[in-house]
Amino acid sequence: MSGKVQQYPIFTIDWVVVVIYILLLVFGWFSICGATHDIGDTDFFSWDSRTGKQLVWMACAGLLAFVILMTDDRYYYNLADAVYWLMMIVLVITPFLAKDIKGSRSWISLGAVSLQPAELAKCATALAIAKFMSSYGRTLSDMRHLIKAAGLILLPMVLIVLQRETGSALVYLAFFLMFYREGMPGSILFTATAAIAYFVIGVRFSTITLPHSHTAVGEFVVLLMIWLFTVILSAVYLPGTSHWRRLAVWGGGATVLALLVSRFVVPFDVAWVQTAVCVGIALYLGYQSIGERIGRYVFIAAFAIGSTAFLYTADYTLNHVLEPHQQTRVKVLLGMEENVTGAGYNVNQSKIAIGSGGLEGKGFMNGTQTKLKYVPEQDTDFIFCTVGEEQGFIGSAGVLLLFLTLILRLVHLAERQTSKFGRVYGYCVLSILFFHLLINVGMVMGVMPVIGIPLPFFSYGGSSLWGFTLLLFIFLRIDAGDRLRAKKR
Amino acid sequence: MSGEPNFSNRKYVIGGIAVVVVVLYMVRLFSLQLMSDDYKKNADSNAFRKDIQFPARGLIYDRRGKLLVYNEASYNIMVTMNEQKGIDTLEFCRTIGITPEFYEQRMAEIKSKHGYSRYTPQPFLTQITAQEFAVINERLYQFKGFSAERRTVRHYATGLGAHILGDVGEVSEQDIAEDNYYSRGDYIGKLGIERAYEDVLRGEKGMHILLRDVHGRTQGRYQEGRYDKAAVPGRDLTLSVDLELQALAERLLEGKLGAIVAIEPSTGEVLCMASSPTYDPRQMVGRDRGKNHKALAADPMKPLLNRAIMGTYPPGSTFKITQALLGLQEGSITPDIAFPCSHGFNYKGLHLGCHGHSSPIPLVPAIGTSCNAYFCWNLYRLLGNKGKYGSTQAAMTCWKNHLVAMGFGYKLGIDLPGERRGMIPNADYYDEHYKGSWNALTVISISIGQGEVTATPLQICNLAATVANRGYYYVPHLVKNIQGSVIDTLYTKPHYTKVDRRWYDYAVAGMRKAVVSGTCHAAAIPGYEVCGKTGTAQNRGHDHSAFMGFAPMDKPRIAVVAYIENGGFGAVYGVPIGALIMEQYLNGKLSESSQAKAEKLQHQHIKYGDYVR
Repeated sequence: MSGKVQQYPIFTIDWVVVVIYILLLVFGWFSICGATHDIGDTDFFSWDSRTGKQLVWMACAGLLAFVILMTDDRYYYNLADAVYWLMMIVLVITPFLAKDIKGSRSWISLGAVSLQPAELAKCATALAIAKFMSSYGRTLSDMRHLIKAAGLILLPMVLIVLQRETGSALVYLAFFLMFYREGMPGSILFTATAAIAYFVIGVRFSTITLPHSHTAVGEFVVLLMIWLFTVILSAVYLPGTSHWRRLAVWGGGATVLALLVSRFVVPFDVAWVQTAVCVGIALYLGYQSIGERIGRYVFIAAFAIGSTAFLYTADYTLNHVLEPHQQTRVKVLLGMEENVTGAGYNVNQSKIAIGSGGLEGKGFMNGTQTKLKYVPEQDTDFIFCTVGEEQGFIGSAGVLLLFLTLILRLVHLAERQTSKFGRVYGYCVLSILFFHLLINVGMVMGVMPVIGIPLPFFSYGGSSLWGFTLLLFIFLRIDAGDRLRAKKR
Repeated sequence: MSGEPNFSNRKYVIGGIAVVVVVLYMVRLFSLQLMSDDYKKNADSNAFRKDIQFPARGLIYDRRGKLLVYNEASYNIMVTMNEQKGIDTLEFCRTIGITPEFYEQRMAEIKSKHGYSRYTPQPFLTQITAQEFAVINERLYQFKGFSAERRTVRHYATGLGAHILGDVGEVSEQDIAEDNYYSRGDYIGKLGIERAYEDVLRGEKGMHILLRDVHGRTQGRYQEGRYDKAAVPGRDLTLSVDLELQALAERLLEGKLGAIVAIEPSTGEVLCMASSPTYDPRQMVGRDRGKNHKALAADPMKPLLNRAIMGTYPPGSTFKITQALLGLQEGSITPDIAFPCSHGFNYKGLHLGCHGHSSPIPLVPAIGTSCNAYFCWNLYRLLGNKGKYGSTQAAMTCWKNHLVAMGFGYKLGIDLPGERRGMIPNADYYDEHYKGSWNALTVISISIGQGEVTATPLQICNLAATVANRGYYYVPHLVKNIQGSVIDTLYTKPHYTKVDRRWYDYAVAGMRKAVVSGTCHAAAIPGYEVCGKTGTAQNRGHDHSAFMGFAPMDKPRIAVVAYIENGGFGAVYGVPIGALIMEQYLNGKLSESSQAKAEKLQHQHIKYGDYVR
């Protein structure tokens, strides 16, 4: 090896990621075989079949990856803004050029190939936001900078919602994970997650009651969570005090007592006692804050009060403020009502398919549930259930671990970047991949609402494959460039 | 970087979240795939059987509640290829009564079908009657991989109304591609009402999810049927058609080509719609449908064509009513103005013949005697009025707009598939055709419903209904009631023409005069004031015979059109047929003399050449 050859970034690229990428692609392709072909039908390579087309998309992706690796990484930094705004223009005009496909106007047809600009916009947004954040003095602890950065994300989200691709728009929420790494107050992430959890659980289980009681399960669980979170926050943020222990014992005791009374003496709504506990905790902490470290007490007290208030307003808003059709949409999203196309039924079919895989699966091309076409989007959004059925627990857990390895490896790579641009971009990439994994696999297994987004590298389709390849390999190129310069030094 | 707070420890939180989510998901996978008893039972791919529940198709009644179309049970023998192993083929063939050659051929056919799957039941033999199936059913269990599916088959109570009712048949590849409700082997309305109201009639399929043991025996419902869907039966339709009237109409059309349409003017409901030649809808049922359909499609007389809505004919003199109305509205004629007619329209070397009658002649008698010259003058004055319209083109546009408002030139929107729009020429058409140099004289024949003008019998009948209503019409429709629903609002709101109510009185008076002392005195029915208008449409061959009319003059109950291809003068076939239809509807029966007339007309057949029309 001469020194000259060593200058090419292809020799400093992170091969672990590349190998995982190829493994996922190959595994994905075999799953598409399983999802679209019957046994005995071995015409995998015909252009008429999904598998044949996917091979072509994969070859294009390989070419794309190669081109990216051969491009000077400084271009990505320099052109980030231009690419971002160009992409926004494309998103604006897309609904006017696109045909209506199942109510969404997001596909631009280019001869034999249809492209979904929303998939490519993720990459453009990631680059733009990385550039924005890497400018000198930008810090997310500063609210103004956080709002500007959030604006860069909200713009494509809104444009994509206008194309009626709500699922793809939600993916942009993933960037908040990167914000967290870059210094966004953790309480925002925590509060947002808690709010979503309250809402989903509170509304989802509001119609079921606890046995031998008038208490709604949703309300009960959410109030229990509020109490638990408050105790944990007290333990973490008020170290060295015994407050959290007191809150745990009193609150827990009162709840258990209320449950026992409701069970054996007279049935009543335990949620009232729990609400009283939460308000009591807030008052107690408010009282303690007088004369002590005010900020933290007030924050925790506000959290307890805010959470409790949120639970009741969310319920009220859903049932009294929203129009009936909006209520239905929320309820369908939460799986409380079957929608007209039978999303709930499909998830059940998908669970049956996965469940029937057992430990080792039925073997490649032997899945039957998935071939009966009872699960829609079998080769796109619901591809993971083919893996579950044909490869069993071993195969599907393997795929999950492969994704986990990829994400953790990307965390490692992002952390070793010498430039903030590289690091932020790296976190964008891994956040998006994580979000897709979280929603897609969760949806297929029936633990997440049905939001139609693809499983990276697995789902059939050129646009999404190229979008993810672009995203990933630009990061690999930035990392490789970084390593190269480090070696030279 | 210095001065910025360092958040790099947060990488552990982010990595931690990823690890926790993946671990939780693996626990979920583990519980789905290895722990849950429900799903473990299903590890065998045969554990589930999805039994599609087919809904009964909606029934169809006539306006008096007589049942026209109903369902009977029929069975399909299905085969699931990958389960069908090691059966005694000969025994099987003997049981269901087919030859081994047919068996081999059928199997090959199934395998070569587009979208064939080894795992789903494929139709092997369809539409087996209940009696035949009773024998087969006893032994079907012996043949692994074969199963039966209960369907319904359509039955038509009478041989009438084939063009209205249409039929059902197996879905085509295109149907499946357009609507994912359908899957292979399903039935869909192919023609007529069955097609137009497919969504209403079909209902909704349901599904039972059954659990099976290793031997393929059903062990019960999956989760006590929690995920089952019940089939929703199709909804019934009540047609506006009067079956007796329909029967008479079809009788009168025997041996002739043409159509009869009758409409209730006050609602737009179609009382009868006959097209000849017709066919027996009962032959479009069952296993022979394909064969019979092919034969009908190949017939040069085109029995599958519903001439009432698909035949576009020159309306002939019936069209003069439209001309009188729009002329009065536009002021190119007045009720009192009279035009000379010396055996026709003679002007600037152009001659268009007419038969003998007094001259000059004013509007009402002109309609009564169907004077060609009068309406030529009308159009000439209208198109030539540059003072009012600015140009011939603008006048032509005004003329066309009037006719469109009367329901010509576009589909009316009847609830049947395949309606044609007919032709009302506009200025652009003539500009292109005559390279810009044309005037009223060039196009004068449109004033008497000849030339470029064509219309469907339905549109002509709608004209009669509009005159009967004095200026508005409801879009003609065949369905009066949908069980548990209402008919489309398209059919319940009136459409007004651009001609004032008062001018209609002259059209009515003219049509009345035609019956009292004009071209169609044979249309008179004792006890009713009948209004009518004949039409004799020139044509390459023998003239077409047409009649449109309505009765009674005040408070009309029926508007009718009879259009007989190559029937000669309007008075020959059109008038007597139209009169009989009106009489039957108004009186509920025919008088004795009318009975005899009907009998005679029924057996009066027109000789048509062998040329392909």
